[in-house]
Amino acid sequence: MAATSFTAAKFLAPVAARSGGERAPPLPAGASSSSFARAMRRGGAHHPRLRTALAVSSDVLAGNKAQAAAANPAVTREEALELYEDMVLGRVFEDMCAQMYYRGKMFGFVHLYNGQEAVSTGFIKYLNQADCVVSTYRDHVHALSKGVPARSVMAELFGKATGCCRGQGGSMHMFSAPHNLLGGFAFIGEGIPVATGAAFAAKYRHEVLKQSGPDGLDVTVAFFGDGTCNNGQFFECLNMAQLWKLPIIFVVENNLWAIGMSHLRATSDPEIFKKGPAFGMPGVHVDGMDVLKVREVAKEAIDRARRGEGPTLVECETYRFRGHSLADPDELRKPGKDYFPVSFYFFASLVKFLVLTRLSGEMENGIKASLAKFVAMLKMASNIVLMKTDEKSHYAARDPITALKKYIIEENLATESELKSIEKKIEDVVEEAVEFADASPHPPRSQLLENVFADPKGFGIGPDGKYRCEDPKFTQGTAQV
Amino acid sequence: MFEALREALIEEMKLDPTVCVMGEDVGHYGGSYKVTKGLAEMFGDLRVLDTPIAENSFTGMGIGAAMKGLRPVVEGMNMGFLLLAYNQISNNCGMLHYTSGGQFKIPIVIRGPGGVGRQLGAEHSQRLESYFQSIPGLQMVACSTPYNAKGLMKAAIRSENPVVLFEHVLLYNMKEKIPDEEYICCLEEAEMVRPGEHVTILTYSRMRYHVMQAAKTLVNKGYDPEVIDIRSLKPFDLHTIGNSIKKTHRVLIVEECMRTGGIGASLRSAIIDNFWDYLDAPIMCLSSQDVPTPYAATLEDATVVQPAQIVAAVEQICQ
Repeated sequence: MAATSFTAAKFLAPVAARSGGERAPPLPAGASSSSFARAMRRGGAHHPRLRTALAVSSDVLAGNKAQAAAANPAVTREEALELYEDMVLGRVFEDMCAQMYYRGKMFGFVHLYNGQEAVSTGFIKYLNQADCVVSTYRDHVHALSKGVPARSVMAELFGKATGCCRGQGGSMHMFSAPHNLLGGFAFIGEGIPVATGAAFAAKYRHEVLKQSGPDGLDVTVAFFGDGTCNNGQFFECLNMAQLWKLPIIFVVENNLWAIGMSHLRATSDPEIFKKGPAFGMPGVHVDGMDVLKVREVAKEAIDRARRGEGPTLVECETYRFRGHSLADPDELRKPGKDYFPVSFYFFASLVKFLVLTRLSGEMENGIKASLAKFVAMLKMASNIVLMKTDEKSHYAARDPITALKKYIIEENLATESELKSIEKKIEDVVEEAVEFADASPHPPRSQLLENVFADPKGFGIGPDGKYRCEDPKFTQGTAQV
Repeated sequence: MFEALREALIEEMKLDPTVCVMGEDVGHYGGSYKVTKGLAEMFGDLRVLDTPIAENSFTGMGIGAAMKGLRPVVEGMNMGFLLLAYNQISNNCGMLHYTSGGQFKIPIVIRGPGGVGRQLGAEHSQRLESYFQSIPGLQMVACSTPYNAKGLMKAAIRSENPVVLFEHVLLYNMKEKIPDEEYICCLEEAEMVRPGEHVTILTYSRMRYHVMQAAKTLVNKGYDPEVIDIRSLKPFDLHTIGNSIKKTHRVLIVEECMRTGGIGASLRSAIIDNFWDYLDAPIMCLSSQDVPTPYAATLEDATVVQPAQIVAAVEQICQ
């Protein structure tokens, strides 16, 4: 019946997040107003529909040292410094990209990864060189984490011949055969089948060609966003990967936004991790702003895949501090402000309620009905205001780099000055990358036709009977093909 | 012809263990047109992979596997189904070698039956050669006899480039004696079917048979047509074609593609670009009607080029 399908209670059905065993208790249907008030006081909530899923904060940040220490130490000093350095490299590099873009050194669509570093570092630093990574257009940091030198990535962004793809790919098409980075794809979802193919090849090598590393199967990690999870290629590959137990991990970088489309407005069931079990594979939700948590999940998923137990779907709750791309005005996600506007709406709603009920005499007709109306007005106000004002500051407070730094210092894994020297070293690396890219030559005209075909006979036979690629002008890039 | 294709696959899979087959019903079912019959028993379920119905994703999977060293042969059960894989074929298959700066090669073969069959309906009667021809980085060949089917399949598998091999639904039962010893056809070359003096007829795939049927009538009427099966739809073999035009000075293109934007359209402009001075008459191009293929037999026959039209066209050109 229509009435039961569209009740507010169902709309507010709680989300039970699973991360490291934590489970938020389900909200009773009528308790929305009181939990809303609690959330206001806590100051950390945003959209009510995702409140419980996103309230999983890191044990590290919550200072729950006893629990953290009781388990095996999360990281050794060397590991912690490696993770820190990799995240700082990602951040500093992306900030430099923004600078270079606005100075006219790079063009087109450039998508920056600021804020999401924990996902890239958490997964990729646990991989071997033979393992593959497949990414999307937000791929600079995946390339860096996989080991592609910063200077190659920067030169590629500048469109120089010394770039990792000879300047032919650009920001959205980072590839590196020696590092097994299989792209860099401009259309979302496109890379997922390619990743599935790489995993298939790993299984094929093991079972048909009888070639395998000592550790087990080579693993492939596919990174993509929340928007992609509504695309057919995602579901088709979840099916095939589980069907053949391919060594692949599907990592969803859920930053809640697909350009200007909120994940909640685009997705019928926003809990992406639940879609794994629908295909028979484990689905895990993890706090993607905490590199240690990501790494724990990554270890388990990667080891599983290596042993041949099949794929895993990991949903990382994360956030991009910048807009979708450097061309995005990012107007739908307003920066955090203080709570004055919120309390203003609260009092405005209260006044309106009092005035209206007094004027219409509704007070006598039913307190309950009037209260329900008031609560609905308040909810609407809070949805609009909190969604737009709190999200950015909420996530800025969970900056993965700051979190790890705090952890390292509190656990005495390194000193402040050691961390500072890492930061300085990274700044030098990125500066050097820019100088290298600046000094590198642009691709010459002769490069134009070279990589269209792996075998240039594919350009065919010309009227004179010779293959077109044998024409001397071919190597100059001016041949008629 | 299906046995020739099958032989080619078996030979190549025995020679090179990285050659594998992927597609719907290629394994246990033996292939909808029996091209892969028995292969799963010979080579195993992983090398002859039965995929779920997800063309875009399994074509992409083939591409990813090719990037990592395998040589997949991806079958579209009907060429038309590969429209669903267009994203992967265009963006990744065609372009990835270039956007990666030459780091990854994609030695994949994408094959399947297309063309107008016997009352299969509009969607199962499509000709995708015109849709794919603009994709840079792709080679396209069309086989027409058991001999060139085997040769082209082997060449396509051995090529480092991605190759789309167009087969035709109505030609699978063609029979021909082919050599026992190993041979390969060149992917970029056209095939001289019947040398002649008066007019060059360029054709491919099933239309070759309509042309040869028309040729019999034409010979009786005193004409001497030169028939070339272009085989390589992209790139065109302008050497064979050019030599023929320089001899006959008259060109007729007979194709099964749609008139608009078809292979014939591209071939016509390539000939005008390169051999304008040698032409004594405008190039005529007979293509299928720009109509979804109807189910009714009479209408279906009217959408494709028939031998009578070819005879009339030659008579017109040779006036």
